[in-house]
Amino acid sequence: MDFPQFLIQLLNSVQYGLLLFMLAAGLTLIFGIMGVVNLAHGSFYMLGAYLAWSLSTAFGSLTLAILVGAALAVAFGLALEWLLFRHFYKRSHLDQVLLTFGLIYIFEELRSIIWGDDVHGVTIPALLSASIPLTENLSYPVYRLFMSGVCIALAVGLYLLISKTRLGMKIRAGAFNRDMAESLGVNIKLIHATVFALGVGLATVAGMIASPVASVYPNMGSQVLIMCFVVVVIGGIGSVRGALIAALLVGLVDTFGKVLLPSMAGMLVYMLMAAVLLWKPEGLFKA
Amino acid sequence: MTSRRLVLTRSAAIVGAASTGLLLPEIVRAQAARVRVGLMLPYTGTFAQLGVAIENGFRMAINEQGGKLGGREIEYFKVDDESDPSKGIENANKLVLRDKVDVIVGTVHSGVQMGIQKVARDTGVLSLIPNAGVHAATRSLCAPNVFRTSFSNSQPTRALGKVMVDKGHKKAVWITWKYAAGDEAFEGFKEGYTAAGGSIVKELGLPFPQVEFQALLTEIAALKPDAVACFFAGGGAAKFIRDYAAAGLKDKIPLYGSGFLTEGVLDAAGPAADGIITTMHYSDSLDTPRNKNFRLEYAKAFRSQPDVYAVQGYDSGLLLVKGANAVRGDLANKATLHKSMQGAVIDSPRGKWTMSPSHNPIQDIYVRRVENKENKVIGVAAKALADSGAGCKMA
Repeated sequence: MDFPQFLIQLLNSVQYGLLLFMLAAGLTLIFGIMGVVNLAHGSFYMLGAYLAWSLSTAFGSLTLAILVGAALAVAFGLALEWLLFRHFYKRSHLDQVLLTFGLIYIFEELRSIIWGDDVHGVTIPALLSASIPLTENLSYPVYRLFMSGVCIALAVGLYLLISKTRLGMKIRAGAFNRDMAESLGVNIKLIHATVFALGVGLATVAGMIASPVASVYPNMGSQVLIMCFVVVVIGGIGSVRGALIAALLVGLVDTFGKVLLPSMAGMLVYMLMAAVLLWKPEGLFKA
Repeated sequence: MTSRRLVLTRSAAIVGAASTGLLLPEIVRAQAARVRVGLMLPYTGTFAQLGVAIENGFRMAINEQGGKLGGREIEYFKVDDESDPSKGIENANKLVLRDKVDVIVGTVHSGVQMGIQKVARDTGVLSLIPNAGVHAATRSLCAPNVFRTSFSNSQPTRALGKVMVDKGHKKAVWITWKYAAGDEAFEGFKEGYTAAGGSIVKELGLPFPQVEFQALLTEIAALKPDAVACFFAGGGAAKFIRDYAAAGLKDKIPLYGSGFLTEGVLDAAGPAADGIITTMHYSDSLDTPRNKNFRLEYAKAFRSQPDVYAVQGYDSGLLLVKGANAVRGDLANKATLHKSMQGAVIDSPRGKWTMSPSHNPIQDIYVRRVENKENKVIGVAAKALADSGAGCKMA
C-alpha cells in the first residue's frame, strides 16, 4: 500500500466510522440516560430507509422526504415511549430485552405488510450526485462526503445540546440521580420522552441519509445493530463522546483489517472490543 | 379442557385411520389415499418471496396435470422453515414423521437444506431441492432419493470465466462474501477462468452479510485488473452495484458476476447496473416460445411476474410429475420412481435439461447483459454444463 492509497483508506475508515457514530449515538443516549437496552434500534434504521424510499418516491425529493420523515419518526418515538417504554424503565434488563426483541419481529412484519419484501434504491439528489476523481480510476462520491459532514454536524450538535444547554443539564441530572432531579423540579417523564424520541429520530435519520448508498432491503437493521452495540460497549455505555471515538476506532480497524488481514476481517472488530474491555471493563469513557 | 379433548379426538382419528389401513391390501391403500406432498420453504423472513415463488411454480406444474400426481389426488403439508438452519432437521422431521409425507419439496437456504438432506438420507423420503445450491447435497452427501432442480453453487460461475477471457479480460479480481455459497461460487469461477487462460490477480472477501465495500473498492482501483468478477445476492448485491458505480469503477473496469447479482435488484440498482454481464441458467427475457408461454400462464394464475425461483419450483413439479406417472402414483415403488426421475428430460422454461448421475441439472448457462433494468440474453456461455458431482457415491 503506497501513501496515496493509505490516505484514501484512511478517508474510508473515517467516513465509515462517522456513519457508525450516527447510528450508535441514539442507542447510547437511550441506554445511558434511561438504562433501556433497545434491541429494536436497528429497526428504526430500517424504518428510516423505507420512509426515505417511499416518501422520496411520493414527493420526488429526498430532502423533503428526510424533513417529513424526521418529524414522523419523532412523533413515532414519542408514541412508542408513551405506550410501551415508559413502563419499562424500572423493570429489569431482561424484560426490556424481551420487549425490544419482540418489537424487532413486529417491525419486520409491519414493514413486510406495508412496503413488501423487495429491494429498493433511493436516488441521490442531483446536487450531490457527482464524484471527485482521486486516482486515475477511483473517484469519491460527493454524497459520502456529505454524509460525513452531516455526521460531524450531528456530533457537534449533540455535544452542545448535552453539555451547554439547560435541557442537557436536566438530562444529565436525570441520568445521574433521577429522584434528586425530580425533587428539584425537573420533569423527568418529559425529559425521558424527549430523549427517547431524539434517539429514535437519530436512528431514523441515519437510515434515511444512508438509504441512497445503503439500498433499502428487509432485515437491513439487524446487520447494523450488532456493530452499534460494539461501538456503544467500546465507547462506554451512555457516553456520546465515547461512542464517537469508538466508532472511529471501529471504522479504522474494520477498513484496514479488510485490506491487510482479509482472512481475519470478520473477527478483528470483536478482538478490539475484547481488548478494550480487558483494559477498561466499563469502556473507554464512563458516562 | 378443550385441549385434552382435542388430543383425544385426534388420537382416536389416528387409531381409526391406522386400523382401516391395516385392513386394506397394500396396493389399494396406496391408490385410494392421497399423495402427501410436503412443502418446506421460507414463508417469513428475507427469503419469504422466494418461498412463495417456488410454491407457485410447483403448484402450476401440478395443476397442468389436473392437480393430480399419477392419477392420485394430492394433499399438501406446509412448513415455514424460516431460513433457520438450527430448525432444519426438526422441521423436516415434522413433515416426515408427523405428516407422513411421500415427498419433501424444499428449500432455499443451503444451511436448512443440510438438515433436510440428513432427514432424507436417514428416512429415504423423496427430496426435491428447488433452490439451495450447496455442493454437498449432490456431491459427498448425495443420495438416490435426493434430486436438485436448480443449480449447484459453482455452476453459474463455472461458465463465467470463458466469457470474460473471450472479451479479452485475462486478469481479474474476484470478490464475494466469505461464506459457503461465496466459496463454492469461487471454486466454479477459478476452474472456469484458469482453464480458459485467465489469471486471478487477487481474491477479495468480506464477512457475510456485511455491506461496507468501500475499502475493497479502493483496493480494486489500485490493483487495476482487466475486470472484476463477483458473487453477491439480494440487498447486498444492489448496494455493491451502486457502490461500484459511485466509486467510478463501472466505466473503467467491467463488472461480471454470477447471475444472482442482478436478480430482483435491477429496480433498486438503477442505471448503475447497466452493462453488467452475468451468467446463469435462466433469464426472464429468454426469447423462446416455451418461456413466453410459461410467463404468460404464470402471470395469469398468480398475478405476478415469475422469476428464476418460480421456474425452479415449476421444474420440481415437472420432475415429480414424470416420476409419479412412471409408477402410476405409487410413490412407494422407489426403485422405479428414482430410475424414471434420473432419466427424465425436463422441458423447462429455461430450456430442456437432464439429470446428472449425482442428481443435479445438466443445463445450458446463458450470458446476460443488463440493459434498461432487464437481463438481456446475449448468448450461451456453456452448453449442457454439469456439476462435477465429486465424491458422490450413490448407495
